[in-house]
Amino acid sequence: MHIHKYEKIWLGFGIFSLVLFLSIIGVTAFAFNHHPAGGMETIDPEKLEQTAPFDHPGVHQIDEDTYEVVIVAKTFGYDPPEIKVPAGKKIIFKVASADVSHSFSIVNTNVNMMVIPGQINTKEYTFDKPGQYLVICNEYCGTGHHFMKTSIEVIE
Amino acid sequence: MKQISIGDRKLALTNIVFAYIAFLIGTFCGLLQVFIRNDALTLPSWLDYYQVLTAHGVLLALIFTTYFIFGFLISGMSHSLGAFGPKVRLFSWIGFIITTAGTLLAIVEILAGRASVLYTFYAPLQASGWYYVGLALFVVGTWIYSFALIGHYVKWKKQHKKQLSPLFAFMTISTLILWLIACLGVVATVLFQFIPWAFGWVDTINVELSRSLFWYFGHPLVYFWLLPAYMAWYVIVPKIIGGRVFSDSLARLSFVLFILFSIPVGFHHQLTEPGISSFWKFLQTVLTFMVIIPSLMTAFSMFGTFEKTGRQKGATGLFGWFFKLPWKDVRFTSLFIAMFFFIPGGAGGIINASFQLNEVIHNTLWVVGHFHITVGTPVAMTFMGLTFWLIPYLTGRRLTKSIQKLAFIQVISWSTGMLLMSTSQHILGLLGAPRRTSYAGYMKDPTALEWFNGILSNHVTMAIGGTILFLSAMLLIYIVFNTLFFAPKATTEKEQVEFPMAESDLEQTPKYLENWWIWICIAFALIAFAYTIPLSEMIHHAPPGSSGYKTW
Repeated sequence: MHIHKYEKIWLGFGIFSLVLFLSIIGVTAFAFNHHPAGGMETIDPEKLEQTAPFDHPGVHQIDEDTYEVVIVAKTFGYDPPEIKVPAGKKIIFKVASADVSHSFSIVNTNVNMMVIPGQINTKEYTFDKPGQYLVICNEYCGTGHHFMKTSIEVIE
Repeated sequence: MKQISIGDRKLALTNIVFAYIAFLIGTFCGLLQVFIRNDALTLPSWLDYYQVLTAHGVLLALIFTTYFIFGFLISGMSHSLGAFGPKVRLFSWIGFIITTAGTLLAIVEILAGRASVLYTFYAPLQASGWYYVGLALFVVGTWIYSFALIGHYVKWKKQHKKQLSPLFAFMTISTLILWLIACLGVVATVLFQFIPWAFGWVDTINVELSRSLFWYFGHPLVYFWLLPAYMAWYVIVPKIIGGRVFSDSLARLSFVLFILFSIPVGFHHQLTEPGISSFWKFLQTVLTFMVIIPSLMTAFSMFGTFEKTGRQKGATGLFGWFFKLPWKDVRFTSLFIAMFFFIPGGAGGIINASFQLNEVIHNTLWVVGHFHITVGTPVAMTFMGLTFWLIPYLTGRRLTKSIQKLAFIQVISWSTGMLLMSTSQHILGLLGAPRRTSYAGYMKDPTALEWFNGILSNHVTMAIGGTILFLSAMLLIYIVFNTLFFAPKATTEKEQVEFPMAESDLEQTPKYLENWWIWICIAFALIAFAYTIPLSEMIHHAPPGSSGYKTW
């Protein structure tokens, strides 16, 4: 196949940028463990109330530096209604849905989790600054979708 | 002047008219949305925001695009390969009837308030079973169309043994192959998951599996919109500017690469959800990025053609060709602006598909901004640019001076409106404002109120953009109406509108590029590689299924 000389240069540039982009993403993902929210655990969406840890939604301290926050998303709100966590500690968010698909997205952070019925989603995050953080549902879930919110209070 | 047969013209025109009916209603729904988000409009109690949103998505993203694409492909195939035989024509009409029956059924369900599930129809939101039947009929209808066009091509190949087909026909077949393979996912989920569940034959649905099958289809769907626009850029633009196709073989190769790399990438829409392990998400990120190669090839070919043609016309210097382009020809200017919007659009796409960057913008208004400058401008505006000459070409009417002037106003107002609206959507998305919501201040939450304080990032800018877009759409409808029924008939050869199809040199094009079986096999191998293990995980380690919910 005949390829114009300039096109070869251009394609070389294209392939080089492709390799560069992918290396950056790959290194941050697998060497620095920067993965988006996820998890492979499943759960019966209709039996959340009987299944640990979703039978006790809320903030649980695991050790000195780690907290687990268990959240149930359902139309159109989150359980527990109030979340208070310390700044500078590792927070493990665990969310599950009791009905349709939702999301648990903490504005101004990169915690952006889809909440799919039947699946448990997990994400680790450390808040640097204390303050009030708005949490919204950004996956369409019905007529009350634009009212679905909660907030997280991050204390010293 | 060569004009296509009257039967084929009728077929193409009917499709285009249907496309614009959907466009008219769809853009009106868009207008309502920007004012509801601005809190300037309250809908009557029988109409819900999410109903309007569903109609907007379905009418513009699915119905307008698909009908227009088939109208364009039918005209071009008849123009480049000759008139359709009676069988091809009959099956095209059957395809049209079934697609239309599906469309009407889906629209009725949306209007009746039984299907406010948006065009992504994520389970376990449960619309009425008939909505899913409508969607299934829609897809089946397009398959019949596709096979009719492929039949026309096969017949041509038999009559022209060992010859490469014209570039337009080659690209049409690539687009249809992509469409047929992509639809397998949505057909599987609708037939085997949604329909039995919505009619109550089974109690529950595997949600994660349905989402993955949807996105197996949902991403190549974007390329089904885009490839006909690329066809216009590769084949129509060179002719309008008075040149030839830059390189026939590269054009074909880029379309082949689109078939290979647009399907096994659906997980990049699911990066922030559980149920798919990081490895498979990353793998599909890699495959998604491959699409950079044919996109850059296309960009090169376009500018290569511009420069080559410019130099033939006597342009000198590095950028002299720029001034030799026919800026006063709306058929060209519209397509050029459309291509220009694709530069930020494509860059934004790379951000969306990036493994971790996605969490910053996933499901925010950024995504809405993104597809308004990819589908809403490069694709839709290319279709508009084609409409200006395609309808007069099919009706045998003249493209008058006054219509050309209106067309310029239409194109410029569309770009202005889109620039305002999508820029504010991109910024709001970065700040964290969600997509797909009615007016929301989240009970006057200070963070939410702050989003809308910027000069560009406020609801007024979005509403102004949306209003300009709607006015522009109305102007387009007028142009369509006028060229369909009122513009004077072309009487002389000179007045007749042509189908501008550029010549391409076939001498250096390798034969294997048109050996479809090779590409179909590689495409399926890639799909099997990217999907077999994660999908079988979803089936074998499935959570208890979900029953249906109607939350609207």
